[in-house]
Amino acid sequence: MASAPAGTLYRGGEGMWSWVAHRITGVAVFFFLLVHVMDTALVRVSPAAYDAVIATYKTPIVNLMEVGLVGAVLYHALNGIRIVLVDFWEPGPRHQKAMLRGILVVWLLLMIPGAYFMMIHTIEYLFGSTS
Amino acid sequence: MSLEIADPRSPGAVPSGRARNRGNFEKYSWIFMRVSGLVLVFLVLGHLLIMNVLDGGVQRINFGFVAGRWSSPFWQTWDLLQLWLAMLHGANGMRTVINDYAEKPSTNFRLRMLLYVVTVFIIALGTLVIFTFDPNLA
Repeated sequence: MASAPAGTLYRGGEGMWSWVAHRITGVAVFFFLLVHVMDTALVRVSPAAYDAVIATYKTPIVNLMEVGLVGAVLYHALNGIRIVLVDFWEPGPRHQKAMLRGILVVWLLLMIPGAYFMMIHTIEYLFGSTS
Repeated sequence: MSLEIADPRSPGAVPSGRARNRGNFEKYSWIFMRVSGLVLVFLVLGHLLIMNVLDGGVQRINFGFVAGRWSSPFWQTWDLLQLWLAMLHGANGMRTVINDYAEKPSTNFRLRMLLYVVTVFIIALGTLVIFTFDPNLA
């Protein structure tokens, strides 16, 4: 990365990697969205069919994947706000690196309690007492 | 007074077919991504907070939970708007990704047509489900 030309926004460094992560999280969330509309459509089939598919969402492994999904959506949302600020806020481009660090801190601060509350049932189920 | 200057990088080239009458489509697409994105920040993060984090998260979701929510026009409207904006935002993002990587015209065309068919199908399916939901379905 040391040989990257100075002064470009997107080649190497924070500008490029935030874009790569934005693209990967966006594609991943899109494919989940296709699945999610179809599983929710089972409410038109029968309550039992819907409850059966939702039961898989409550299992430990899928529960962990949900934390990953929420993490992906949250990054895409926060970085999307950063993109809007780079595009429409006059000093935005000068502060794009600081804004990336800022959203990563916000992401971590929201994900720590978020993951805890999302996983608490699974943690108790796997490691907790029966009381 | 109209003045037309040919693209200096493509001497003599006349834009063909699709490229010619595109107007400002890409500009409106660019604006749509930012506007829909900002709305989706509230809709989707709110959805995830309610469904996955608060009050037991996903463990409390079942048919009865959905029936309770969709008895309210507020949540029906929320979910309908969320469905349409998320699918159009996502599909437009996928279109950009396809255009970036699928350089062969026939591959690019097939991937985009597949994307558009899937997108129309999912939006239609989700809209139908929200409008025809029956809480007393046995």
